[in-house]
Amino acid sequence: MKDALRSAFFIALKDMKAYYFKPPNISWGMLFPLVFILAFYLRSPVDFAHLIPGLLSLSLLFSTTSMEAIVITFERMTGALERLMLYPVSVTTILVGKISGGACFGITVTIVFLLGLIILFPFHLENPLLFFVSVVISSFTFSALGAFVSVSVKQVFEAQTLANLFRFPMIFLSGVFIPVHSLPSIVKPIAYLMPLTYSIDSIKVSFGYRPQITHPLLSLLVLAVFAFVFLGLSVKILKGRMS
Amino acid sequence: MIGEIKRFLSGDDVVTVKELRKSYNTFPALDGISFSIRKGEVFGLLGPNGAGKTTTIKILSGLSMPASGTAKILGYDVVSNPVIVKKNIGVVPETSNLYPELTCFDNLIFAGRLYGIGTKKVKARADELLHLFSLEEKGDVLFGKLSSGMKRRLTVAASIIHNPPVLFFDEPTTGLDVMSARALREIIQSLKNRGITILLTTHYIEEADRLCDRIAIIVKGKIITIATPEALKKSVSTERAVDVKISPYPPFIEEEFSKITTAVKYEKREDMFRFFINDLNAFLSEISAFIKGKGLSIEAVRTVTPSLEDAFVQITGMKREIMVQEKGGGK
Repeated sequence: MKDALRSAFFIALKDMKAYYFKPPNISWGMLFPLVFILAFYLRSPVDFAHLIPGLLSLSLLFSTTSMEAIVITFERMTGALERLMLYPVSVTTILVGKISGGACFGITVTIVFLLGLIILFPFHLENPLLFFVSVVISSFTFSALGAFVSVSVKQVFEAQTLANLFRFPMIFLSGVFIPVHSLPSIVKPIAYLMPLTYSIDSIKVSFGYRPQITHPLLSLLVLAVFAFVFLGLSVKILKGRMS
Repeated sequence: MIGEIKRFLSGDDVVTVKELRKSYNTFPALDGISFSIRKGEVFGLLGPNGAGKTTTIKILSGLSMPASGTAKILGYDVVSNPVIVKKNIGVVPETSNLYPELTCFDNLIFAGRLYGIGTKKVKARADELLHLFSLEEKGDVLFGKLSSGMKRRLTVAASIIHNPPVLFFDEPTTGLDVMSARALREIIQSLKNRGITILLTTHYIEEADRLCDRIAIIVKGKIITIATPEALKKSVSTERAVDVKISPYPPFIEEEFSKITTAVKYEKREDMFRFFINDLNAFLSEISAFIKGKGLSIEAVRTVTPSLEDAFVQITGMKREIMVQEKGGGK
């Protein structure tokens, strides 16, 4: 276990060193969330403060899933992922490393956005600890979702396109702009199946809003379950490709 | 675990493969191959592209699962003990697939870390390997900026960073220029001299002849024969042949050779003619008089001993050109 965690750490470190500034990562992982934030500020500067928790969660979703598209799909294309499998580490360890690298990228991008927003629109973070824990758990969950998408395809652009199939519905159904309780009852169940819903809810609580879905601790637990499910599915798919 | 491996190494076979089968969809990539590799031996899998060589290496290195059969390295089954097996092997894949975004030094450090080598030790080992492979000047250079020969050398270095007792080379010199290929063959020879057991796949007959202690000829997923290069050459039916180069070379002469009674048959080979004969003295007398009678002269005569290429052609029944064809172009 200790050796596996150590190996996962080195894989994550290597991914951060090698891929943080790859063009698709910059465009989808950093610029896209930034443009999104700016667009919503320009549209409605007065209501913008209400959107901040949702937009931060959204930036986490895009940055982590974009990073996974690079570190997994790109490495599959170049043969580097196959090389990684030659080392004495399990497929699970490799994916945990890759997910951790993506999560660290997401956390970094989100913290930078948070600091920028605090400087531009001074607001009070009610529960910094809950915010931090929510960001960390959400980033691992979204990164695992990115891994699940990336192991299923062959090209980076396919990974980004497939990821958008998950990402775009989440933007509209997970409570970024429209609270989940205000959604038509026919789409509400879909919102409950989306990890972004729970991430936004717990981050909103850390900003001082009342929870709309459930208690933040339960939201975090649901996110953790999502993370393990995505990890398990990714391991299964990658192993299946080997056999 | 080290004790078990030491005990195993006191025996003979380091790699044992029994009735290994693998199919891709309905195409049988491996059709029940069996072989074993002795300690310190360089064992070659020789065959054309698509023969099953890379599939064998992939199964032995834990990258692919066999449909049936067993493969053991140092006594450990590659399917049930992949992590222990991987700790004891080094693999040099066909493509030099280290990380182009990392420096040579960082690539070696990363490889060493994943083999569980500590910080101090891995740095010293990386320096040692950069020196050993004449890449000490390139430590801070990105892997992606190296020439193909240097990339290959660093890939070999990364594969032996943990001092594995067993090393696999998959088509080691494919795509390399002559000088880099020669340098790599010298590296393989020096690794053998250090006692490392080596399995290499190649479709270059000359390479197999030069490097391997024993060769398995593999065609369409089946091993046809396993023997030393010398034994393979001896197994070729001893049809005596003489290469003759004449000067000048008039175009009509080729047909005229049919009149030589001491030659069973003849064929044009580059700038020479190869005559298959029964009696060397009688042939030399006749060809000498024949050439002189035509007002020509003999520039060179060479008796032909069977080569590994001749053995391969005779054993497999394949054309020699098939082995010259290379994935993605010529050598």
